[in-house]
Amino acid sequence: MSILDKKISELHQLLHTKELSVSDIVDATFDRIHQVDDKVRAFLTLNQEFSRIKAKQLDEKLISGADRGLLFGMPIGIKDNIVTKGIRTTCASRILENFEPIYDATVVEKLTEADTITIGKLNMDEFAMGSSNENSGFHPTHNPWDLSCVPGGSSGASAAAVSAGEVLFSLGSDTGGSIRQPAAFCGVVGLKPTYGLVSRYGLVAFASSLDQIGPITQNVEDNAYLLQAIAGNDPMDSTSAKVDIPDYLASFTGEVNGLKIGVPKEYLGEGVQPDVKERIMEALKVLEGLGATWEEVSLPHSRYALATYYLLSSSEASANLSRFDGVRYGLRSDNSNNLIDMYKQSRSEGFGEEVKRRIMLGTFALSSGYYDAYYKKAQKVRTLIKEDFTNIFEKYDVIIGPTTPSASFKCGAMTKDPLTMYMNDILTIPVNLAGVPAISVPCGFSDGLPIGLQIIGKHFDESTIYKVAHAFEQATEHHKAKPKL
Amino acid sequence: MSRISKDQVKHVAHLARLAVTDEEAEMLTEQLDKIIGFAEELKELDTDNVEPTTHVLELKNVLREDKVRNSVSVDEAMKNAPAQKDGQFKVPNILE
Repeated sequence: MSILDKKISELHQLLHTKELSVSDIVDATFDRIHQVDDKVRAFLTLNQEFSRIKAKQLDEKLISGADRGLLFGMPIGIKDNIVTKGIRTTCASRILENFEPIYDATVVEKLTEADTITIGKLNMDEFAMGSSNENSGFHPTHNPWDLSCVPGGSSGASAAAVSAGEVLFSLGSDTGGSIRQPAAFCGVVGLKPTYGLVSRYGLVAFASSLDQIGPITQNVEDNAYLLQAIAGNDPMDSTSAKVDIPDYLASFTGEVNGLKIGVPKEYLGEGVQPDVKERIMEALKVLEGLGATWEEVSLPHSRYALATYYLLSSSEASANLSRFDGVRYGLRSDNSNNLIDMYKQSRSEGFGEEVKRRIMLGTFALSSGYYDAYYKKAQKVRTLIKEDFTNIFEKYDVIIGPTTPSASFKCGAMTKDPLTMYMNDILTIPVNLAGVPAISVPCGFSDGLPIGLQIIGKHFDESTIYKVAHAFEQATEHHKAKPKL
Repeated sequence: MSRISKDQVKHVAHLARLAVTDEEAEMLTEQLDKIIGFAEELKELDTDNVEPTTHVLELKNVLREDKVRNSVSVDEAMKNAPAQKDGQFKVPNILE
């Protein structure tokens, strides 16, 4: 067993007893990356020199006995839409190919306070638009379980790197499923926190009313550690919630006796693969065995979530991405001689196909004469979708279903038709529209590819999600399976 | 019936400050038409008495004290500029 397969708490014990140094952990990380990243292709930028220096500094801190941060000495990979001071941040877009941020995102500052080491920046679908990592402006990332399959998206590389053991954990972002879907496809644990729990300051905005940063880890306990370090109010993000942050690690009581689970019939209906349904039913049996009860419920408006999401997220994206104009940063086209033309050429040369398509859709939905019919209509349907969740949570503690309708698919299988690709997110999108938190945990396989169990909770009730996810994990062996690379 | 025309696509591209070739406009017309067609299903729902949701949580204005704080230096602000002159962002001619 590699030291990178260990839990944070186990590594901390080994550091404490001096059986291991931070430099050992960082060396093992880069060894593994050099060994497998040619195949997985998760990293866009490596921060090797600085990481080794930082490791030495932390080792000195270890010897001196100074106070240690919550994630002391732990190496982390960061999705490339989260800005890192002095480390290239591209959003996997040609338009930001050489962009070097002048400040750290709040989550990065918090990680620094927690004594983590930023190993590098992880690939993604360009500007987080996609479900397969095939929309990266640089190169696709591959699924460690089957290199001919996609890792999911848009945080595909954040999940693949953790699954391949290249890094202990990572940060992703989730707008419509971009943490949970790749976590499911790669057999790791991914949480989308409640909207507003984690600061978005320094997260390059895609759809501001939906985006959330969240942790991707090998197990539930590590996930709680990472959330503990990054959650909390931030004056730099006006949508950041003012709530007390509980001790997430205290939620691992194993006690799910009497827990009431709602299972939406829409989540086990048409379009969901039989294998996926079977794994979910098995998981529900496990939880029943632990004393929980479940009943079928309904999210009647969930079938409208996909259309609602694409109208709202594309509208917000069209506004957010207007900042890329070739003036202050990013690519500027040489093929123009007036200002408007410079904007148009720079954006057309710098953005990929999917990004342009969504900017077009959003601009159309917001344009005069169509605003009420599309944008405002979608905002109203969002209210109905949100109310569906509120109604269920009056009676139930959590909602459970699959994370995705199927396991991962072959690279290139869905790139022809945008709508088919969008269907991947049909079970994750309602969660973002309602702003509630949800986790994906491994719950078995279909033809050798991982499947994810999605546990959805009430606003700011990550503790209950963790409690259920942890109890399930402890009662099963799924999280122990590792891909052979 | 087409829900969006090629001319509309070209107009929207101009609004979005994107240069599209004739070929791209054709492809986008087809794809956007399909996506918008899919979105038409929302019209099945009666939302006359439903309030729109812009944000899931209650938002309040966030104010802070009007105190001078550090800001970035000109050098830092210019660090990623594609073209600059005398500490300012340089752009192509605006006036003829």
